[in-house]
Amino acid sequence: MFSRRKFGLRMIAAAGLAVGALLLAPQMANAQKKPLKIGFSMALTGPLAGAGKAALIAMQIWKDDVNKKGGLLGRQVEFKFYDDATSPSKVPGIYSKLLNVDKVDLVVSSYGTNEISPAMPIVMRKGLVFMSLFGLAVNDKFNYDRYFQIMPAGPVPKDDWSRGYFELASAQSPKPKTIALLAEDADFALSAVAGARRHAKRLGLKIVYDKTFPFGSPDVTSVMRAIKAANADLVYVGSYPGGSVGLVKAAKELGLKAKMFGGGMVGLQFAGIQKNLGPMLNGIVNYDFWVPEPTLNFPGVKEFLTKYQAGAKGKGVDPFGHYLPPYAYAYLQILGDAVTAVGSLDQGKIAAYIHKTTFKTVVGNVKFGANGEWAKTRTLQVQFRDVAPNNIGQFNKPGKRIVLYPDSVKSGAIQYPYKQ
Amino acid sequence: MFTFDLLINAVAAGLMLGGFYAAVAIGLSITFGQLDIVNIAHPTFVILGSFVAFVINESFGIDPVLIGVVFMPIFYFLGMGLYQIYYVSFEKTGQESLSGLAFFFGLMFILEVLMILAFGVDYRLVSAAYIGETLHIGPLDLPLRMLIPAVAATLMTIAVVLYMSKTFMGKAIMAVSQDRLALQLMGADPIRVKRIALGIAIATAALAGALLIIIQPVEPSVGRLYIGRIFAIVVLGGMGSISGTFFAAILIGVVESFIATFYGPSWAPAVGFGILLLTLAIRPQGLFGRA
Repeated sequence: MFSRRKFGLRMIAAAGLAVGALLLAPQMANAQKKPLKIGFSMALTGPLAGAGKAALIAMQIWKDDVNKKGGLLGRQVEFKFYDDATSPSKVPGIYSKLLNVDKVDLVVSSYGTNEISPAMPIVMRKGLVFMSLFGLAVNDKFNYDRYFQIMPAGPVPKDDWSRGYFELASAQSPKPKTIALLAEDADFALSAVAGARRHAKRLGLKIVYDKTFPFGSPDVTSVMRAIKAANADLVYVGSYPGGSVGLVKAAKELGLKAKMFGGGMVGLQFAGIQKNLGPMLNGIVNYDFWVPEPTLNFPGVKEFLTKYQAGAKGKGVDPFGHYLPPYAYAYLQILGDAVTAVGSLDQGKIAAYIHKTTFKTVVGNVKFGANGEWAKTRTLQVQFRDVAPNNIGQFNKPGKRIVLYPDSVKSGAIQYPYKQ
Repeated sequence: MFTFDLLINAVAAGLMLGGFYAAVAIGLSITFGQLDIVNIAHPTFVILGSFVAFVINESFGIDPVLIGVVFMPIFYFLGMGLYQIYYVSFEKTGQESLSGLAFFFGLMFILEVLMILAFGVDYRLVSAAYIGETLHIGPLDLPLRMLIPAVAATLMTIAVVLYMSKTFMGKAIMAVSQDRLALQLMGADPIRVKRIALGIAIATAALAGALLIIIQPVEPSVGRLYIGRIFAIVVLGGMGSISGTFFAAILIGVVESFIATFYGPSWAPAVGFGILLLTLAIRPQGLFGRA
C-alpha cells in the first residue's frame, strides 16, 4: 500500500532535490567550463625564496576566495607556475612555456625587479596585461602601457622610494648637513641609493661617503667602520637581508653616531630577522609597506593576514606576512576585479580599465599612474621603537614600527637623533 | 681618510674575517687539496651545519659553537658515508674526474632542496649573549660576533694540522694523493684513509656552519656565495697544505678588510682574486704548496 504519509515524504524529497539542483546548476555549469589559467614564475628556491613562497601562499588564498565566489567570468581559476630559482635567466623560458605550451589566459609576474625585467619582452610581444610584484622602476626601460606594479613606490619610483626619508630628515632641527650612502651591489639597492643620491644633492647635503659593497659579503664590519669614520649626519643604506643584518649589528658593535640610520634595508621587515636583532633595531628609520599600526587597518587586511598566518605555519616562511603577502593578494585582486568589470579577457580593455579605476584592495585604495606605478607614493618610513629582546610576538602588534611618513597614514613622530 | 685607528682596526677585522674563511675552507683543503676530490658541495654542508646550529639554538638556547663541536662526529660519519658512495659509484670505475664533479654538483642541489623542505626558505639566525657585544682594547674594537668564530676556527685548524702531522692516519691522508701504491705497501688501505679524510673534511663543516650563522643570516642557497672564494683560498694556500689554507684565508681576509676600509668594499673581492692570479703567476703551486 502506498500511504499518504509516504507519498508526502517522497514529494518533499523530490522538491528538495529539484531546488538543490536549481541552486547548484550555475556552479555545476561553471565547474564544467574550462578553468581560467593564470601563469607566473616564482622564486621558490634561491635567495628570494622566502619572499616568493610567502607570495605564493597569499596568491593561493586569493584563488580560493575567488573560486568560492564562482571564479572569474564563471570559470574556476587555476594557477600554472614554475620555480625560477631566483635566477633571472630562467624567467624568459618559463614565460614562453606558459604562453605557448600551457596556453595560460593571464600572466602575472614573479617577485622582485631582477625576475620581472626578463619576462617583459615576452609578455609585451603578446600584448598581455602584466601585473607585477615589487619591481623597482622596471617600466622605465620598457614604457609598456599594460604594465602595472603593485609596490607603492610612486610615480617616479627611484626617487619616490627614498623621498620620505629625506623629507623627514630635512624637517629636523638642526638640519643635517652630511650624508653617507651605501649600496649592496645589486639592481634594487643600486636604484634605491641612486634616488637617495639625487635627493641629497637636491637638498644640498654634502656626501661624505658613497660606496657599494659586493652582494652577499659575509662581514661588513670594515664597511661600517669606514662609514663611522666619515662622521655623517645621515646614513642611507640600500641592502639585502644578509647585508642589512650585518650592518645593523656592526652599527651597534662600533657605536655608530649618525642622526638617522636606515633607508632602504631589505630584511628588517621580516619577523625572524626582527626577533634576532631585537633592541639593536631601536631608532632605525627604514622603508616598509605595511605594519600593524591603526592607520593602516584597511578593510579586509586583517582577515587576509589571519588566513595567511594560518597558511604559513610550518612552511618556513615569514610567520606574520606583513611585508609582501598583502600586496601579492592585492595585485591579483586588481586583475580579478578588472577582468570581472570588463567581462572578457580582452587585454586592451582590461589595461584601459585598470588605468582609469581606483581599486579597493586589502592594501587600501590603489590608483595607477600612466607608467603603471602607483599614482602617488605610499612607501612608508617607519621607526623601530621600544623593541624588546627575543620576542617575535611584539612585531605583530602596534607600537614597534611607528609610521613617520607619509602623513596620510602617519602614526607617530620621529625620535631624532638616532639612539641605539 | 687614513688614520692609525682605522689601520689597526682594519687589520684586526681582516684577521677575524680570515679566521672564519679558514674554517669554511679547511674541509675543502682536505678534499680538493689532498684527496683530489672536487667537492663543490662543501659549502652546502657548511650551510647544513648552520641549520643544525639554528634548530638546536632556537629550541634549547645552546651556544652555536658548542653545537658545532658536538655535531662534528655526526658530520664525520656523514662524510665517511659520502665517500663510500663516491668510491663505489665513480672512483672504483675510474670515472671520478667528470662524473664525480657532476655528482657533487647534483649533491649540492639535492641538499639545498632537502634543507628547503626541512627548514623552509626564510632567513635564519642564532642568538648568543655575545652577539652584538664588542671587546674594546684601547683603540681596537673587536666585535665578539667575529672574534669568537675566528678563535674557534684557529683552534680547529691547529687541531687538524696536529692530527695530520702527528698521527699515522694524518700522515697517511697526506700521502694518499701523492702515492697510493706506496701507501698500500706501508700497510694502509687507501680507501679507508680517504674515507676518514672525507669524514674529517665534512666534520669541519659542522663547526664552520655554526660559525657562519653567528656572523650572518643563512638560507639554504647561501653556500653558493662561498664556492669561488674558498676554492681561491685553497689554491692560493697551496694544494694539500692545511696551514697554507689558513694563512691564505687570513691574507684574503686582511686584504678584503683593508680595501673595504680605505678604498671601497666593492673592490675587495677583485683585489683578493688579483692576489691569487699574481701568486699563481709567480708561484704556480700556491704560497705553501710543494712544487
